[in-house]
Amino acid sequence: MPDPTAPLVATASVLTMLDPFCGPAGFLNLLPEASLMSCGDTGWGDEIATGFWVTIGLALATLPIGLFLGFFIALAKLSSSSPMRHAANIYTTIFRGLPELLTIFMIYFGLQIGLRELLVNMGYEGAIEINAFVAGMIALALVFSAYASEVLTSAFQAIPAGQYEGGMALGLRKRTVMRLVILPQLVRIALPGLGNLWMNLLKDTALISVIGLSDILRQTGVAARITKQPFLFFGFACLLFLALAIASSFVISWLERRSKRSETAR
Amino acid sequence: MSHIAELLPPAPPPPEVTRRISPINVVGSAMLGVWIISGLALVFWLFQNWDTDKITYYAPKYFSGLGQTLKLVIVSILLGAVLSIPIAFGRMSRNRLFSAIAYGYVYFFRGTPLIAQLFLIYYGLGSFREGLETVGLWTFFRDAWYCAVLAFTLNTAAYQAEILRGAIESIPRGQFEGAASLGLKSIATFRKIIMPQAMIVALRPYGNEIILMIKASAIVSIVTVFDLMGETRRAFSRTFDYQTYVWAAIFYLVIVEFLRNVLVHLENRLTRHLKR
Repeated sequence: MPDPTAPLVATASVLTMLDPFCGPAGFLNLLPEASLMSCGDTGWGDEIATGFWVTIGLALATLPIGLFLGFFIALAKLSSSSPMRHAANIYTTIFRGLPELLTIFMIYFGLQIGLRELLVNMGYEGAIEINAFVAGMIALALVFSAYASEVLTSAFQAIPAGQYEGGMALGLRKRTVMRLVILPQLVRIALPGLGNLWMNLLKDTALISVIGLSDILRQTGVAARITKQPFLFFGFACLLFLALAIASSFVISWLERRSKRSETAR
Repeated sequence: MSHIAELLPPAPPPPEVTRRISPINVVGSAMLGVWIISGLALVFWLFQNWDTDKITYYAPKYFSGLGQTLKLVIVSILLGAVLSIPIAFGRMSRNRLFSAIAYGYVYFFRGTPLIAQLFLIYYGLGSFREGLETVGLWTFFRDAWYCAVLAFTLNTAAYQAEILRGAIESIPRGQFEGAASLGLKSIATFRKIIMPQAMIVALRPYGNEIILMIKASAIVSIVTVFDLMGETRRAFSRTFDYQTYVWAAIFYLVIVEFLRNVLVHLENRLTRHLKR
């Protein structure tokens, strides 16, 4: 009988092979043995590498939630009902006006205090710890959605009314018009703006380290404190963020080119 | 054979059906209702937990923190504006070396988080104590406030350089050529013709940059500067009262909204001559 975990093990070993930090082809292995940055017990390379994946994971987990919320807030801002528009505008005013750090603290401590009160009322007495990843994800999603709704609102406004009317004239349902006619154009118009927001999101994840998430900045900070080499480690953190920014800009420009395929053919 | 014996009189159009109670209105009103109720609940909660001792103790601290925040932002925005001029010209320069240096600078400071830059300067440069003492810069790098000003200045200079460059490049070539044909020197062209037009283009992004800096300045609280956020964190760590954060949020929202309205007003006023 084949081992059920075999595919998992195989995937894990392939991932280890491709690990850019400590894998067989990892750049940290090029450093001399037992340096501060090397992998294993002597160096901090593997700890920082885990932080790197946490940062990417947080940003990637926040993105879909933020986009989803932002899309509906944008629709609410363009709605025909004025209370709806006001409600959406209040949302963006709050989350674009508050410093990201304050939002993070408010969500983190707010969740902690709120949950404790709730559980105490239900008769549970015990320590509560809020997961920094979840709290950070919520806070960043709120901020991201507020900004994304602005980008999407202006993208919606750039689509002429004739597109909706044409869709209706073909007898498509409202939802189908949105899915097949409006969304493909919306993506094309909104991509540059959303790309900028993604860059901001990547940089904002660094703030979650202050509530204890083991991301790039926290891991390098720990290493800096213990080894007393802050310049080296914080410099390395900056380079990692820079690498992420460069990689993202390649992906974004690829997406933009891809979304414009039908435009250039015309 | 049939024929029309009489014309129908023209009828008025059917009255427009306006449904005030449509599903979307109900949902919208409910959402607005949630906001209004939570706003009122917040006011009620603040009123109920009003503790005169705490307020009289912490209010002056909050205002001094606000002063620190504003001082930090104003100083770094102004220094950054000065520093952004050579960077913007470097970006536009035809000299490969200058433009590469300026591009690298801008890419680094826009591609990495401000908090990492602050750590790099405060903890990183601060670790070279002997070296800094010999050049006499140790007193500068020992102080978190100066390090914050330096980090913010370098950061905002990169953003402002891009704003400035974008604004100058948005001016059509004909403006430069027209000035040249009038025999104006390049400095005069710049001061009298290009800048007034570029600044109108740059006004909105500059405003956004100031707002972003006010929000970003909250991170100095992590390197022990007692700005508005720092005072808030100190108050929270002593009282464990969530009100401390709510008051900070109110402060920040008021400043940002005030500034945004001032900027909209300013823009409307300065672009009067462009409106038809």
